[in-house]
Amino acid sequence: MKVELEADKCVASGQCVVAAMDVFDQDDEGIAILLTEEVGDDQVDDVREAVAVCPAAAIRLVQA
Amino acid sequence: MRRIAVVGASAAGLSAAEALRRQGYDGAITLIGEEPEPPYDRPPLSKQVLAGEWERDRLALRTPADLAALDLDLRLGVAAKGLELGSRTVELGDGSEVPYDGLIIATGVRPRRLPGEGAHVLRTLDDALTLRERLSAGQRLVVVGAGFLGAEAAAVAWRLGAEVTVLEPAAVPLAHAVGAEGGRMLAQVHVDRGVDLRCGVTVTEVTEDGVRLAGGEEIEADEVLVAIGSLPNTEWLEGSGLTVGDGLVCDQYCEAAKNVYAAGDVARWYNPLFGTSMRIEHRTNAAEQGMAAARNLLAAEGARKPFAPVPYFWSDQYDMKIQAYGFLRGHDEVAVVEGDLAQRRFVAGYRTDDRVSGVLAVGMPPKAIRRWRQAIATGAAWRETVRTGVPAADV
Repeated sequence: MKVELEADKCVASGQCVVAAMDVFDQDDEGIAILLTEEVGDDQVDDVREAVAVCPAAAIRLVQA
Repeated sequence: MRRIAVVGASAAGLSAAEALRRQGYDGAITLIGEEPEPPYDRPPLSKQVLAGEWERDRLALRTPADLAALDLDLRLGVAAKGLELGSRTVELGDGSEVPYDGLIIATGVRPRRLPGEGAHVLRTLDDALTLRERLSAGQRLVVVGAGFLGAEAAAVAWRLGAEVTVLEPAAVPLAHAVGAEGGRMLAQVHVDRGVDLRCGVTVTEVTEDGVRLAGGEEIEADEVLVAIGSLPNTEWLEGSGLTVGDGLVCDQYCEAAKNVYAAGDVARWYNPLFGTSMRIEHRTNAAEQGMAAARNLLAAEGARKPFAPVPYFWSDQYDMKIQAYGFLRGHDEVAVVEGDLAQRRFVAGYRTDDRVSGVLAVGMPPKAIRRWRQAIATGAAWRETVRTGVPAADV
């Protein structure tokens, strides 16, 4: 699966990092950064959680 | 369980519906929403939408394709009017009935209002678009209530060039939420920009020309925004047998009755992490609680998990980002552990009894407070955390 991030929607909550710290990080302004665009089966559940808790609806998980 | 009804089609209801599918539930899901719009995001209403930066299509919480993939029986533009627990039926405003095996109630809140006509409130997309049309340079806007919503709207209106007056009943805005010192600092940010902030003022009525205060004084305005908190949408549950008291009362599993769960702004649940019942109107809580309710509804009796989140909220005002974790209300002490209130760059820890119960950060790198989340989640000892200025636990 592939992760898409709309960085200009990001509100710097860091919730995605808490949910999936192997996939997301934050820059100095707090804006989310993708550490990887492709996620394996072992990461998909965490990323789905991140999609769900993102307060800005800035993350999507799509079929690669 | 073959039929699940989710009442409320905003962040909490959508999150619940998605979680049901993620858990592998393939039965029917009826998602009922009072507003005609597909699920949309509310935090931008008092920020980007009011500022005219975002149009309505940016607020959609999911694409039409993502929504379609959930295979929902989506009933929009119709409110729930009644609940019959015995026959397990939700009655809708259009006269139809939705039978269910499992129910998730996420009917949210509505704004409190003042007597009199013509004032704006800010809860729905229509509210925000209507107010935005009326705001422009030179317009006199009175905002009643200096809570986070009122403060965000005041900041946007100021940026648009409006003459902004904010009327707040408390002596210090937000003192109940963030403490007196933090509240004073957040208030000063408005004053410094020339917003006319008056505290200790009670507005009794909206008039044709503005508002009337308790002493009889009238304040003229072109537009009035009332932002004095909200009321949980629980009236439709009257007579259902469910317990209502500032929200739909439920237990630590978010369960209000057998196979009936609640989530989001409307839910008053027992949060075991803080040992108290709470109702939280934060965007992140809506999503997390929707998931929790869905999981517990589907879980076997012994497999349910208490919903014990560390609440999170943020607010954007002027060029300032405010973030907080935890449960700040009812705290015993606040200590600035990094930075300086006067510089509007600080991290403040909140103590309840002898543990860290919350953190508030303004103007700091958001990563800096992420570490506090874990300290709050584990009930880290206050003294040690404040002494080091950094919670011992790391994420």
